[in-house]
Amino acid sequence: MKNKIISSLLLGTALTLASASFALAQDKNVKIGALSDQSGLYADLGGPGSTLAAQMAAEDSGLTAKGWKIEIISGDHQNKPDIGTTLARQWFDVDKVDTIVDVPNSGVALAVNTVIKEKNGVYINSGAATSDLTNAQCSPNTVHWTYDTYMLAHTTGQALVKAGGDTWFFLTADYAFGAALERDTTSVITANGGKIVGGVKHPLNTSDFSSFLLQAQSSKAKIIGLANAGGDTTNSIKQAAEFGIVKGGQKLAALLLFLTDVKAIGLETAQGLNFTETFYWDMNDQTRAFSKKFAARMKNGAPPTMVQAGVYSGLMHYFKALEALGGNPHDGIKVVEKMKSMPTDDPLFGKGEIQPNGRTIHSAYLFEVKKPSESKGPWDFYKLVGTVPGDQAFTPLADSKCALLKK
Amino acid sequence: MQALYAQLLVGLINGSFYALLSLGLAVIFGMLNIINFAHGAVYMMGAFCAYFLLHLMGIGYWPALIIAPIVVGIFGMILERTMLQWLAGLDHLYGLLLTFGLALIIQGVFQNYFGSSGLPYAIPDELKGGMNLGFMFLPIYRGWVVIFSLVVCIATWYLIEKTRLGANLRAATENPKLVRAFGETVTLLKCVARGWNGLFSRRIASGPDTARKAPEAPAALDWLSFRICDCRW
Repeated sequence: MKNKIISSLLLGTALTLASASFALAQDKNVKIGALSDQSGLYADLGGPGSTLAAQMAAEDSGLTAKGWKIEIISGDHQNKPDIGTTLARQWFDVDKVDTIVDVPNSGVALAVNTVIKEKNGVYINSGAATSDLTNAQCSPNTVHWTYDTYMLAHTTGQALVKAGGDTWFFLTADYAFGAALERDTTSVITANGGKIVGGVKHPLNTSDFSSFLLQAQSSKAKIIGLANAGGDTTNSIKQAAEFGIVKGGQKLAALLLFLTDVKAIGLETAQGLNFTETFYWDMNDQTRAFSKKFAARMKNGAPPTMVQAGVYSGLMHYFKALEALGGNPHDGIKVVEKMKSMPTDDPLFGKGEIQPNGRTIHSAYLFEVKKPSESKGPWDFYKLVGTVPGDQAFTPLADSKCALLKK
Repeated sequence: MQALYAQLLVGLINGSFYALLSLGLAVIFGMLNIINFAHGAVYMMGAFCAYFLLHLMGIGYWPALIIAPIVVGIFGMILERTMLQWLAGLDHLYGLLLTFGLALIIQGVFQNYFGSSGLPYAIPDELKGGMNLGFMFLPIYRGWVVIFSLVVCIATWYLIEKTRLGANLRAATENPKLVRAFGETVTLLKCVARGWNGLFSRRIASGPDTARKAPEAPAALDWLSFRICDCRW
């Protein structure tokens, strides 16, 4: 009798131990939340396309065949930080999400950043622009994949100042993103001997820019810097054309422009704009192959924007890290450390690395919008003007104020 | 001072846009007693109609200014016949809920297939360019909007307040039973009303139905205002 009790106790302990170690080493469940603006001014550059990109990454990773279970859910933060953080908390607490991807809108992205740090999740940001994510507000749980305001300022901004655009007027979206982009661009302009002659802030999601554009016009600045994005940028550029701003001799600096924005503006008006991206669908055979598959699954047949491509690549790298770990530890810091320790290499962004502050380094490309006569297809918009190597495009580690670097 | 003049003019231009935008809404509410939450969605359909005419059939701005209201007007008639007519005489809230639901559906369907970014629609050559007024650069297209808005607003006011058609229309709103008693007059008015591009046709032409709501009027008005505004976005 006694023996029986002891043996059953032993058996019970052994079973508990076995299942515990099983959970540690063999847990192959991953849940990913794609948090984005699903219906507003950033929905076309991220939104449903980003969710699709996440699904394609899960399919292409090949993990399902190796016994992994990957689940992807999506949510709409409506460009409101409070909604974004509430959703993120709910995802971690109730839905047991491991990773949040995309999150355009710097205001929401920074708010969600603190939630993910608190919950020890993984944050692969593709959509947001603010360089603060890997600088002053960096977190050990965050990887900022695609681009940032520092890169935009040091490519497009710098090129325009060097080409003689030494007086600037800013048209700035009045929230974290606009402020960061204006700040980073201003430092590049002044460092290169240029001058800021004025600026005006507009609310996020503005439909009428005429009053702001009149101020920009009367400032006589050589360059009107558009520190805004998505629908705000397309509205500014269309209306600037109406007010004869470019014909009057001033130049528009589209500091951040996406493929879908060019489509919305139309080549007639957009031609000749210089801007920078880290991905374009028509770069090489690999990007074309991916984009063809992607566009076939999009309702409006659009190829991926750089944000959507970043969601795909970022997740592919994340899956590689999980596979290398042999299971999902459900520990954000551990997974992000693994991601940082592996060099990045994927078909869309090429070779690169993730710096200790969470910044992914890869090449940035200077593009010019084609003339209507040069465009051969419905999405054939860009002409490659130059390539900036990753180490010159992004914040040098020596200049980063990230606390993670002071260890 | 220069800035003040410029901002005043911008205000006038925007006022014109808003007048066109809200004219349909005001007329529908005033004359038909419907709180039309689908106003904006139907307005958008007018824009899409013009966009399709140009990009699929190569029909430009000026013909579209005539064709698109008719197409959207027909859509409005279908809405009225199939849905809104059953709500005649019920509380305002039912119409509000129905049109709100319709707005969400229409918006969702279009967003699903065309995304949320604007689609480009070039300003017609005749209205391109602008003039320098000294204190600001006035795009000709915006000047045209101001004129068009004034004309449409005055014409609508005149039609409703000063013509026999308008008088009957108002009478029909006030006391449909009495207007029904003058059946002959109503029939006579048919042609005139139809000439106005279906603007108020359903309401007048269908004498016995006068008490029912006529969303095609909103649609046509929406559309007119929309067509003017859509080059802007």
